[in-house]
Amino acid sequence: MSTPIHRRRVVITGVGTVNPCGLDATETWDNLLAGRSGIGPIDRFDVSDFACKIAGQVKGFNPDVCIDKKEQKKMDIFIHYALGAAHEAWVDAGFDRVELTKAEREVFGTYIGSGIGGLSTIWDEANGYRGPRRTSPFFIPSLIVNLASGQASIKYGLQGPNSAVATACATGAHAIGDAARLIAFGYADRMMAGGSDSVINQLGVGGFAAMRALSTRNDEPQRASRPFDVDRDGFVMSEGAGIVILEEYELAKARGAKIYAEVAGYGMSGDANHITSPAPEGEGGQRVMRAAMKDAGIAPEQVGYINMHGTSTPVGDKLECMAIHRVFGDHAKRIKVSSTKSMHGHLLGAAGGLETIVTALAVKTGKIPPTINVDNQDPECDVDVTPNKAGTFDAEYAMNNGFGFGGTNACLILRKV
Amino acid sequence: MADVRKKVIAIIAEQLAKPEDSISESSHFVDDLGADSLDTVEIIMAIEEAFSLEIPESEQEKIRTVGDAIAYIEKHAKA
Repeated sequence: MSTPIHRRRVVITGVGTVNPCGLDATETWDNLLAGRSGIGPIDRFDVSDFACKIAGQVKGFNPDVCIDKKEQKKMDIFIHYALGAAHEAWVDAGFDRVELTKAEREVFGTYIGSGIGGLSTIWDEANGYRGPRRTSPFFIPSLIVNLASGQASIKYGLQGPNSAVATACATGAHAIGDAARLIAFGYADRMMAGGSDSVINQLGVGGFAAMRALSTRNDEPQRASRPFDVDRDGFVMSEGAGIVILEEYELAKARGAKIYAEVAGYGMSGDANHITSPAPEGEGGQRVMRAAMKDAGIAPEQVGYINMHGTSTPVGDKLECMAIHRVFGDHAKRIKVSSTKSMHGHLLGAAGGLETIVTALAVKTGKIPPTINVDNQDPECDVDVTPNKAGTFDAEYAMNNGFGFGGTNACLILRKV
Repeated sequence: MADVRKKVIAIIAEQLAKPEDSISESSHFVDDLGADSLDTVEIIMAIEEAFSLEIPESEQEKIRTVGDAIAYIEKHAKA
């Protein structure tokens, strides 16, 4: 006989993002509902020799707002973005207006991951390498994956769990799921969690292009990310951060916090198949969605919307749709889905952070941002992808999928509160 | 040697993002200017670079104020 495990409810009480569709959550949400793409030509380096010349670059981000000038040069740009998003989430949750006690800070942690970390810093340092006596003491702390969490914990005085996850494109979703569990099982009361990435440089673009993973629709950047369309030809690399404040439900309620959604379920799975290709029938995706629903204690029919991983690669989209059919059966015909990567591109380790925010806003408002560029839907992607125009749904639960290289999968289920 | 003083203060102001007029010869990197141990390493590196010097580690540890740095440079810099 197993002992029932006491599990606390966890809610999202603050959101923050920096991405190609907006420098905050409100601007992003408005642009996504309107179907506006944030993709454009790469203007940060000479792309003449590159097969892929387009990306989702963050435009107009000013780190001065959230990072002391002296500190800025000690951080890779992925940490700048993380602290930008963290600041918005912190203020949004109202923590700029309350003085947390020492005891409260000791159970408030940070869990911000990154798929790759400071590749731009590595590139710059290696290019300008002038020997060991000229390597900056800030080189390592500015680029390692967990320093987004580390810097955020220092900035806000958060002394609870301080960790990070690096599961490629599933990073943000895993970070939020893991952090929610820390709260659910009593290891923390509040967590700042999400993901951040920025690798739009020669190594990042060249590396992903070498895998033939990127779209080369260079002449039409805004039409390049086209999940579920027959003419999709790869993902569009993007950058930014997506971070949420997670909080134990009773504490959030007691302080009158604004609640976006409850983190009701979380699943994890491994493909055990190939370093970059999904398992042949999307079995890893199937298992992760089932695991999340089991964790939430719900039936497939209760899920009304899925923010899909949907990166716009020929194989990935097809297999994720197949997985949805296998998992949801008849309900797959009714469930609404979309891939907002059609607009903001693929933020890699930050994707799950941003898309959890999008899913939370969908649950809260009943609105679904569209999948844009669906001119000719692939018959092998036979689900209601909310093509080209925003939609609505009326259900208590929504799902967010994130799949990463290495065959790692995450699925979050959010519930309307 | 007023040039050395000016150049050193400019380097430290840049490294620590402080106005030059807040830095004097008596300023202690850590106690007065808020530098941490890593900042101090970087300041020394920038000085080595600017004055074409190689400061041995045993000597680096002794350079703790703006004045220490100026004195070392004046003694060791190639003309």
